[in-house]
Amino acid sequence: MTVHGSVLDLIGNTPMVDVSALSPNPDVRILVKLEGQNPGGSVKDRVARSMVEQAEADGVLTPGQTLLEPSSGNTGIGLALVCRLKGYELVVVLPSNVSPERRQLLEVWGARIVESPGSEGSNGAVRLARAMAEEHPEWCFLYQYANPANPRAHYTGTGPEIWRDCPEVTHFVAGLGTSGTLLGVGRYLKEQNPAVQVWAVEPPAGEMVDGLRNLDDGYIPPIFEDQGGAQLLDRKTVVKPLESIEWTRRLADVGVFAGISTGAALAGAARCAASVERGVVVVVSADGGWKYLSTGAWTDDLDVVEKRARATIYF
Amino acid sequence: MPVAVHLPTVLRPHAGGAKTVTAEGSTVGEVLDALAAEFPGLSGQVVSDDGVLHRFVNVYVNDDDVRYLSSLDTPVKDDDEVSILPAVAGGA
Repeated sequence: MTVHGSVLDLIGNTPMVDVSALSPNPDVRILVKLEGQNPGGSVKDRVARSMVEQAEADGVLTPGQTLLEPSSGNTGIGLALVCRLKGYELVVVLPSNVSPERRQLLEVWGARIVESPGSEGSNGAVRLARAMAEEHPEWCFLYQYANPANPRAHYTGTGPEIWRDCPEVTHFVAGLGTSGTLLGVGRYLKEQNPAVQVWAVEPPAGEMVDGLRNLDDGYIPPIFEDQGGAQLLDRKTVVKPLESIEWTRRLADVGVFAGISTGAALAGAARCAASVERGVVVVVSADGGWKYLSTGAWTDDLDVVEKRARATIYF
Repeated sequence: MPVAVHLPTVLRPHAGGAKTVTAEGSTVGEVLDALAAEFPGLSGQVVSDDGVLHRFVNVYVNDDDVRYLSSLDTPVKDDDEVSILPAVAGGA
């Protein structure tokens, strides 16, 4: 083992583990890449470091400056870690209905939290952060939904790691939030082998969309449109909370303690595995289970947990 | 064939407040056309006047986004469920 000079050097190079015991098709292997092994606990550590270092290189982020970001948790937590180490102040716009652990983790690394209405989901956090960025032009607004350094973290990191560890990959499955993981890894893998299929898994928008007044208030991440997301994806499938939780529990049966969005991604991977003759499906596990213990996902009655999950942002 | 179509909150006022309606058709496009014929307020909201899906609307057959299947030509059969949802920001 190597001794590392900084926690930032621990970001990336996450392990992959075979969970084919959960595959509905004996001829399809399923491998999970455990992004919860990053030091801030999620795949978003990669994005946080990438966006901050790009902004520093571009000269738009200078010592002592305050950063602002809308996040349902993981990006904010990754940024809080990076900002603490690099000496920046951070303001995170966080929907009020995220799990309490997320809020606490932001506080661990000294981020300032501004709440947005839970009923508006991530849309509300994005809207409020954009308004705050206009009021505070002196702040650095990295804006993960529109920042090319977000997918680039995956194009230069996550994607090459998957190809290095598993060049026999036939399908790549990941959750769709900002679309950064799918764009970066998807593009990299297709460049290596154009036959690789890219599947996006979405949580149901459900109650989160009730805050919309009309359809023109809808939102597509600018990076998704700028980088041809619709052309890159081969399939997009919705996984409901109940199925997500069931798969999160199945993962625990094979020793993988992962967040609820990983359960959703596994459900998508299982659909994918069932729909093809043979192959190797690589799935990104965005985070570990720690931040979801308060949801009772592993211990309470399924219907109780499902109700709770419907009201909580778990992606 | 009648299929169930789930409407998002923002479109329900155009369908008398209904959460779920039924419409006939063998493709997503036919179902949406039938829907717009029955509820004129929905016309142009889901499928634009030039015949493509509204930019901020996602339509699903069962769990799959039809943009990645055959879009409006995606076939539907009895017992399929069509869901119309606005595009919103994902958590991140």
